[in-house]
Parts: sequence; structure tokens; C-alpha cells
Amino acid sequence: MIRNALIALLVIAVAGTGYWGYKQQQEKNAIRIQSENNYQRAFHDLNFNLDALHDKIGETLAMNSKRQISPTLAQVWRLTSEAHNNVGQLPLGLLPFNKTEDFLTKMGDFSYRVSLRDLEKKPLTDKEYKTLKDLYANSTGIQDELRRTEAVASKKDIRWTDVELALSKKDQPQDNTIIDGFKTVDKASQGYAETDFGPEVASMHNAKKRNLTKLEGRYITKEEAKKQAIKFFQLKKNVKITVKETGKGSQYRAYSLTMYNPDTKATTYMDITKKGGYPLWVLQDRKVGAQKISLNKAQKEAVSFLNMHMKSKMEVVSANQYDNIAVFNFVSTKQGVRIYPDMISIKVALDNGDIMGYQGTDFLTSHYDRKIPAAKITEKQARAKLNPKFKVMEKHMAIIKNDIKQEVYCYEFLGVLGDETYIIYISAQNGDEEQVKKLREGQPDYASM
Amino acid sequence: MKKSMRYIKRTLLFLTAITCLLTGFTPETTHAFTPQVIQKGATGDDVIELQSRLQYIGFYNGPIDGVFSWRTYWALRNFQYENKLKVDGLAGFTTKKKLADQTKFDYGWVHKQIRKGNKFTTYGGVPKEKQVKKSKGKTGAGAKAAPAKQGAKGKSAKPGAKAAVKVRTPKQGSNIPDGYSQNDINLMANAVYGESRGEKYIGQVAVAAVIINRVENSEFPNTVSGVIFEPGAFTAVADGQIYLTPNEKAKKAVMDALNGWDPTGEALYYFNPDTATSGWIWTRPQIKKIGKHIYTK
Repeated sequence: MIRNALIALLVIAVAGTGYWGYKQQQEKNAIRIQSENNYQRAFHDLNFNLDALHDKIGETLAMNSKRQISPTLAQVWRLTSEAHNNVGQLPLGLLPFNKTEDFLTKMGDFSYRVSLRDLEKKPLTDKEYKTLKDLYANSTGIQDELRRTEAVASKKDIRWTDVELALSKKDQPQDNTIIDGFKTVDKASQGYAETDFGPEVASMHNAKKRNLTKLEGRYITKEEAKKQAIKFFQLKKNVKITVKETGKGSQYRAYSLTMYNPDTKATTYMDITKKGGYPLWVLQDRKVGAQKISLNKAQKEAVSFLNMHMKSKMEVVSANQYDNIAVFNFVSTKQGVRIYPDMISIKVALDNGDIMGYQGTDFLTSHYDRKIPAAKITEKQARAKLNPKFKVMEKHMAIIKNDIKQEVYCYEFLGVLGDETYIIYISAQNGDEEQVKKLREGQPDYASM
Repeated sequence: MKKSMRYIKRTLLFLTAITCLLTGFTPETTHAFTPQVIQKGATGDDVIELQSRLQYIGFYNGPIDGVFSWRTYWALRNFQYENKLKVDGLAGFTTKKKLADQTKFDYGWVHKQIRKGNKFTTYGGVPKEKQVKKSKGKTGAGAKAAPAKQGAKGKSAKPGAKAAVKVRTPKQGSNIPDGYSQNDINLMANAVYGESRGEKYIGQVAVAAVIINRVENSEFPNTVSGVIFEPGAFTAVADGQIYLTPNEKAKKAVMDALNGWDPTGEALYYFNPDTATSGWIWTRPQIKKIGKHIYTK
């Protein structure tokens, strides 16, 4: 009797476990299929984008009327952005696939800039026409390779989820079709990096390739770096300092210092250039207590810190309080002109007014003794270029970097339109509206509303 | 004789009128600003008072959120201009005094509305009931945000304005670095916490800086979410650790990175040399090691 009951119980247990396992398996499959579907959609969309891209570029080559070229190039721009988006959704993080993304971005920038231009006044140059031809040839290559990958993958029934799994597990996947296909595409794109997209696109992307060649002074040793840091913060002897050199791959040859101050229990990190021994950035890690000093007082601390360390004249352009931390942005000025590329940020603790951070990389990479050009446009002429509804409240002269990252000398107008505050830059050379920026109000905390 | 009597009467009347006026005002000005000079970019109770008072006399019509934003700045400058003060957009001693003399500010009432999550205004001469639009939630979400401990403290005290002074009012708004949203900050804090919660502070700033460097680079997606959720880009995304609740340290690290601090020297990748699975990552030019991670171009 007992034996029969036990057997019955066991049978139920086994059946239950089996059913549970089956359910688990089903759920797992459903999730896998779902992510596979997402990958497939991104992949097929990408192929569609590149087909369309190829056709549109081809069309611009055949076009003669300027009225048609602009909208078609605008479509190229849209398609590159969609293609870029789709690439970002494929599990290629472990594959080098960046050259293709880079290529798409630059192609987008190029078509965007040309499509905005008034082609009646400034028609496509021979060089730009050649660029378009190159792009056409290049996109043919990419399109072919992607189409081939798509066809083979579909014939062999290769799943993206399998590729992803294999990639993350380090062992080679059984079938390399997809991976090889994408590697070929990326290699091809790398070859196209030589394409001449014109000076505008080039300057947009070279902006990040900054360097410290403008710095004066000789190379310093590790010991000198330590001394510099002690001087910079007026440290006492009990502070422990360790120094490391940055690796060969770094843009800026520098020493990285870590300082621990037992008195304040604060650890300060700092990078200091090897050439000349200038501090690139400083960041302090410590517990900051409740706010005791005002933003206004903190700004005075920041200003006196800068006066102690900088030869250039600096002016505060923004002040922001984040709870018990304040961050100030300063730009250098010359003859009353604000030079925005020469930016320095300073972080101040609002519990005691200590400087907690300094970011001088922008300044060090861009600062030199600029010549302030003479304005070819009067202030009155510049004001006439503004939207008549815009009410000017403040005016400054400024050097800014425009959207193709070139420095331009501008009238800076700060003012309001309705309830919003804007900053508008009008070129002092030709009266162009170089930049319009809507300034932020306080951001509401939606989570507590 | 008669004339002088009338004269004395008049002066007396005048004097009483003045004393009445003065005494009538003084209780209102007892709570007026801390001694700090309030400037654009500041946040906190003094800014709430400043906005309320400027609204009382119609200079300010924006939200009372405790953030000294541009709208508050122009309102203050207009006030200074109308009152023939120095127009500098700073709420210093004279400006604050002039403002306090001309306006009323009910600290308890204003903070109660904020805690309840109500939308409200503080225009002078309008009955208070008409200035409040109650929030739809059962209890204001703002009240929930206040720590429970402080709520208990409030209970023991008498209900009303005076008791409310002790309770911390939840934040209504904040400054956010240009070009980003509060949601970007939250998302990045999640990613930083999931990726590097065992790291020192500087290591967390470094991870946040890499995310920003990628957003700005043409070889990567150009949004914060695009970069973070790129399949295979971050292990914390792949294994779901990104959904852990981040701590304050991670949020602070993200804020530093968004404000421009980059300890990595413009790195685009990082990896943990002990657990890295991809051989390719070793071929990238290395910049430096911070904590357990090697940062590369």
C-alpha cells in the first residue's frame, strides 16, 4: 500500500519536473527567437539602407538640375543615419566594425553639408563630384559584400544569436560566414577612409585630434612632476604621492599622479604634461558635507585659484550648482573678446570652498596668442541680422568654434524670445548667423512629480 | 491755537499710520533669505523664496522650482531696473531687502505645496486657494520622496507652517549639464554602476568618460542609449547588471564626466586584463591603467 503510494508520488514528481523543464525550455526559446528577430530586422534593414543609399548616390551623379540634387543628398544623409543606427543594433561589439560606422558618419556629414548649400550660387565643384563618384563606387563594394553575406547566411540558416554566443565564448563559431562578411566590409570601408570629403568634413573630424605641441617648456621628470603637484595644491609633506607614466597609445604624454592626504582623507588624482609640466586635469575624491557656502562665494574661490595659476585673463561664463558641488566654466579673454575654445572648468565643494577639480585640457590644446581681427561689420549691422522678435539683453565679442569646428570672430547676443533665453552668434566678418543656442532652464525632476 | 492743535493731530495720525504699517510688515519679513548672495546657477530654499517673491509682484511667471535659471535671472534684473538698483542679476543685501520690503512670503505654505507636488503660484492679491492646482496622485509623490524619518518628526510637531520648517523639501528641479537629460544621467549611472561598482571613484568617472567619448566619436552610435545598448559593447548590459540600482557615488562620477572631466585621456575602449576574452582588444594602443581596467584608444 505504502509502496504504491510512494510510486504514485514519484510518478507525479517526475512528470511535474518534466513539465517544468519543458516550460522553461519553451520560455528560453521564445526569448532567443525574440532577440534573433531583432537582429534579423536590423541586419535586413541595414541591407535595405545600403541598397537605397547606393541608388540615391547614383541618381545624384546623373542629375543635372541643382533643384533635384539637394533633396536627393538630404535623403542620402537620412539613409546614412538610419544605416548607422542599424549597425549599432547588431551584436558586433566584439568585432572591429568601426571603420564602416566612421565611413557612414562622414558620408552623412558630407551629404548634409552639400545639401544645405545653395547650389545655384555655389554649384558642386569638380572635387565634390569626384567625391560623389568615389562614394558611389565604395557603396557598391559594401552593398555587394553585405548582400552576399545575407544570401549565404540565409541559405545556410545561420542565426545571429549563435554568432553572438560563439563570439562571447571566445571559441570559434562553426560557420564564419557572417563574421567574415562583416570583416570584409570593414576592411573595405577602411580603404575608403582615404576618400576626400572636402575641408569642411575633415575639420569636423580632426577637431578631436588635438595635441599639446603648442606648449612651451622642457620635458620634466617624475620628481619634478611631484614637486609641481605639491606647489599646485600647496600640499604638506605628509601627503603620499605615487606617479605613473601614461602608455604609448596616449594622445597626451603625461604623468598620472595619485595623492592621498591623511588630514582631509581626500584622494586627489591629477595628470600633468611631460612637456612643460602643466596640469591637464585634477579630480578630488572625498565625502562632501552639506552646503555651507554660497555659489557666489565658491565662484570667488575659483577665481582666486585661477588668478594664482594662470597667466591669461579669464572670465566666468557659466556657474552651476549641483547639490553640494559647484562647477564653473571660464574662458580666456583678450581685448575684451571671449575666446571660447580656451575653456577651463573648475569644481568647488560647497561645504568648505575647496577646489575639487580642474579641467584644463581644452585650454592647453587650443590656447595660443591669438590676433583679434578687426570687425568688418558694425554692431548695428549685426543687430539688423537678428530675428526682430529677439530682444537683446547683453552683447559681447567672442571667438567660437562653428559647426564645422573652425574659429570665427562673432558678436555674441544674449537675449530672450518669449519666455526662452537664447544666445546668438553673428559673424563679425560677414554677418552670417553662425550659431543659435537655446539656453537651458532648470530641469524639472519628473520622478518626484 | 486751533491751527496748531490740528497740526499736532495730523502728525499723530501720520505717525500711528506709519507705525501700523511698519508693525504690519515686520512679521512678514522675519523670514527673509539667508545672508548669502544668490546668483544665477544656484539652487535651494533661497532661490525658492526669491522666485516666490518676484512672482508676488509679477516679475516672474515661471515655475517655482528652486533653480536660479535664466527666467529668474531676467526677472531679478527687471526688478533691479525698476527699483533703480544696480542691474547685475545678483541678489545681494540691498536687492534682497528691497524685495522683502515689497513682498510677502509664506514659507510654510509654499513648501507645503511643493511637498504635496501641487502646481502653484504666489501672486500677491490673489487668494491662496486660487493659486493651487492639486496634483492628481493620492499622496504627492514629492511627499513620498521625503525620508520617512523626517515624516515621523513632522507628526509629533503641531501641524502647520512652523512644523514644516524642519522637514526637508524634495528637489523640484536641477541643473543638468548642457546637451544631456536627466534620463541620460540615470542611464549612465546604471551602466557605470553595473560595469565598475568595485572600482574607486576615479575608475567610475573613467567608465562614464568612455561612454561620452564614444557618443562624440564618428565610429560609434551618437546617443548615450545607442552607445550603452550596442550589443556586446558592455558586459553589464549583456548580463543584466546594468539594471541594479546605482548608488550616489556612481551618479557623482557621471556628473563629473558630463561636466568635462576625462581621466582616460580620450579612451574609447577599456578592458579587464584578467577576464578579457577578445584577443583583438590587446592590439589597441594602450593609454593607461586605472584600477582594474586598461584604457585604450
